[in-house]
Amino acid sequence: MSGDTIFREYRISDAERSDRSAGDRLRHRQKVRESIRENIADIIAEESIIGKNKDRVIKVPLRGIKEYRFVFGDNSPGASQGDGDSRPGQVVGKTGKDGPGKGDEHAGDRPGVDYYETDVTLEELIEIMFEDLELPNLERRALREIVSDYSSRRKGYRKVGIRIRLDKRRTAKQRVMRMLASDKRNDAAERAIQESKADREAGDDADVEGALDEIALEEGQLDEVALADSPGAAAFERVSRRFPFHQKDLRYKHVEVDTKEESNAAVICIMDTSGSMDTMKKYLARSFFFLLYQFISTRYRNVEIVFIAHHTEASEVTEEEFFHKGESGGTFISSGYAKALEIIAARYHPSLWNLYAFHCSDGDNFDSDNPAALKDAEELAEICNLFGYGEIKPLGSRYYESSMLNVFRRIQAPNFHTVLIERKEDIWPSFKAFLAKDRVKEG
Amino acid sequence: MSATPNAGAVRDITVWNLNDLVEWDEKIRAKATEFGLDYYPQEFELCDHTGMLGYMAYSGMPSHYPHWSYGKSYEKLKTLYDHGVSGLPYEMVINSNPAIAYLMRDNSLLLQILTVAHVYGHNDFFKNNFTFRSATRAELTIEVFKSAAMRVRRYVEDPSIGVEKVERILDAAHALSWQCRRNFAIKKLSPVEQMSRAEDTAQGQPDPFQKIHARKQVEVPDFHKVPLEPDEDVLLFIRDHNPFLADFEKDLLTIVDQEAKYFISMMETKIMNEGWASYWHKKILESLDLEQGLHLEFIVNHNQVVRPIPGQINPYHLGLKIWEDIYRRYTNPTAEEIKRDGPPAKTGMEKIFEVREVERDASFLRRYLTEDLMREMDIFEYEARGEELVVSKVADDDGWKEVKATLIKNVGTNSIPVLKVEDADFGQNRTLYVKHEHDGRDLHIEYAEKSLNYLQRLWGREVVLETVLDGKRSLLCSNDRGFSVRALK
Repeated sequence: MSGDTIFREYRISDAERSDRSAGDRLRHRQKVRESIRENIADIIAEESIIGKNKDRVIKVPLRGIKEYRFVFGDNSPGASQGDGDSRPGQVVGKTGKDGPGKGDEHAGDRPGVDYYETDVTLEELIEIMFEDLELPNLERRALREIVSDYSSRRKGYRKVGIRIRLDKRRTAKQRVMRMLASDKRNDAAERAIQESKADREAGDDADVEGALDEIALEEGQLDEVALADSPGAAAFERVSRRFPFHQKDLRYKHVEVDTKEESNAAVICIMDTSGSMDTMKKYLARSFFFLLYQFISTRYRNVEIVFIAHHTEASEVTEEEFFHKGESGGTFISSGYAKALEIIAARYHPSLWNLYAFHCSDGDNFDSDNPAALKDAEELAEICNLFGYGEIKPLGSRYYESSMLNVFRRIQAPNFHTVLIERKEDIWPSFKAFLAKDRVKEG
Repeated sequence: MSATPNAGAVRDITVWNLNDLVEWDEKIRAKATEFGLDYYPQEFELCDHTGMLGYMAYSGMPSHYPHWSYGKSYEKLKTLYDHGVSGLPYEMVINSNPAIAYLMRDNSLLLQILTVAHVYGHNDFFKNNFTFRSATRAELTIEVFKSAAMRVRRYVEDPSIGVEKVERILDAAHALSWQCRRNFAIKKLSPVEQMSRAEDTAQGQPDPFQKIHARKQVEVPDFHKVPLEPDEDVLLFIRDHNPFLADFEKDLLTIVDQEAKYFISMMETKIMNEGWASYWHKKILESLDLEQGLHLEFIVNHNQVVRPIPGQINPYHLGLKIWEDIYRRYTNPTAEEIKRDGPPAKTGMEKIFEVREVERDASFLRRYLTEDLMREMDIFEYEARGEELVVSKVADDDGWKEVKATLIKNVGTNSIPVLKVEDADFGQNRTLYVKHEHDGRDLHIEYAEKSLNYLQRLWGREVVLETVLDGKRSLLCSNDRGFSVRALK
């Protein structure tokens, strides 16, 4: 046979070079990110991500980078192989997947093959979200950073230190190393290694400690050359056999003190839970609070969140109650604000905390309460970094329901902002507008 | 240790080196030649799993132009592989002369032997099947892809072009790349030839009694129409008829079209080709007198590859079944078959070699997938009902023909809608009029919208697609104002 078949051996260098897709993968990832950013308003409006844990992985449908072709739709039957007794009427799979099973991999076969979504953690998503936003300038608040943590941690080793931090194992190792390095003392080194082995087997570390005490004594005698020439050769013998520790062998654990400065922020969520707030309104409110909380969390190290529910009276509640418990009856908005002021006074002093307050309501307040609400709102705006009021009016209803927007128009504070949310698509733009106020203030 | 007396004699069959492969290759080649396989010179390259994933993402090509979709494909393959959802192929062969195949270096000796034999089957098929012979010039494959890669890279690096402009065209061209001719053995007529054909058709048959007949009124065909005959090569049509495309854009369209045509042949013969390679690896390995350990491993692996997969069509299984059936019917026909078809005129070997040369999947199934085989393999038809896929017909007396027709409709390029450019100046407005040849299957409307947008991007003006939706003739339009669907009366 002519030997014309060629076998090319595997070579590591080729294999390394063969990461040929690196450039295209990078480009693909850029496109994924772009796509997420373009669709961010839709993505964050999805109920599934609101109020979820940060590490949670979410599936984000990617619109921009799906590869389209002309393909057949649903009314095109397929054929495949059964397990021997297929009968008409038997269910063999779900639509939206390619064929009953995985199908074979013809390009351009059916829609669904290329159904494309990517997994991102909520944290990544939030990062992409806020990349878009010009961030409020936070420098001024450096004053409000406080030392929140004082801890010490080990970091490396040093040749000097205090006795209590002596690292015996490393010190012993140094000695052995020095011993091995010195040719003349090979015997001694071997012996020492044996000894230390024996020590280790016996679990005896104390010997090192004992030897240490002799160091001071022996330091003066360690000049080998001088010793060898000296009449006291017997002393040298003794010392060399023992091969004692030297100052140079000592190793100390090094400890660094860490201080952590904390910047604190409190997000105060105030929501109207009166009878007129239905599930849809609460959902819109929740989305807004969620964004606010996530945003604040990326800016500050220590973020606390307070939920205040109010109807005619206000109380501090848990997150669960905040979103799910329905109340009935009328509304005194001022009650919520008063409660917020009370909590701030008790727990979040404005000189230590960056305060963000947001209030969601459908604007259906008792007229008699408006002056009080206005006064409290002004007070809140005074002490908070940012205070907002979001009026939630599912589409259309704003024409016949009363509104607080007109009342709050009288507030002059630059860090007070009102938004009108009519449907979930409004959330992102409103949120951006809300933060823009913060920027104005800082700028 | 001492329990098995032969323990010392058994070689570790998983350990091999390159010399083993060279030796086995020689044995396999001797057998292949003996059986009459006719193949290009073969080259094997050993690679690891990253290498293999890389080759898979780029369709096996040693060099290929860059595009983000290949990065996406790599990530997808890698994720599936890392999570154990799908394994890697034992090999990959590309249709070139010399043929190039990649072997996974982590595979055992037996898998390498099996793969090498399998590769010679593919190699023979590439060299002899009419689909490949008419579509590609195997000795140029590598060079063509390499040159395309170099050109695209040059455009990307060109400061006056850059990646955005290149992607703008490539994204759109990829969406339309399968909208091209499918059977390259049928010659495409040049515009001049189309013109003379139109003339001939208009004149009708020559009339021997011209002198006594009244002269027929000849309608003069409209020679100004572009294209004269509906054109399936959408990308090439745009390249040749959109005067506003830059040279690099025309070149990109050419590149994508060229590549699509290379893969159309693969698509058109998937079942035959895999069946053929499986048929020969089986035959070759059976004739090699493998030692027992290797033989057992061979049987396990062979059965793994060619097993039926319920709910799918495994091309290895279906193909192998049909090839074996053809061979059997021409070697040992049953009395019934002789009664029905007459005694075979050719030997089984002659027949299968003939079939491998002149058929493609659609015709292969149509002619050689018998009712008995359909029943044996329990091939059924399914359709979507609401959210579910439901078996609609099975291979029984009433249904098998329809099931078979459905199967054929889904193999090769039959699973891709046929679109033809009808008019490049529709309504004297330079609107591109494209017609979908509806065969009972509607287009997926969301995909059609996006693809039509791409078509508009390449054409630069309004594009109109005529199709049938829910039984109604409809026009899908994509223009500057967006996408619209309009039912025709």
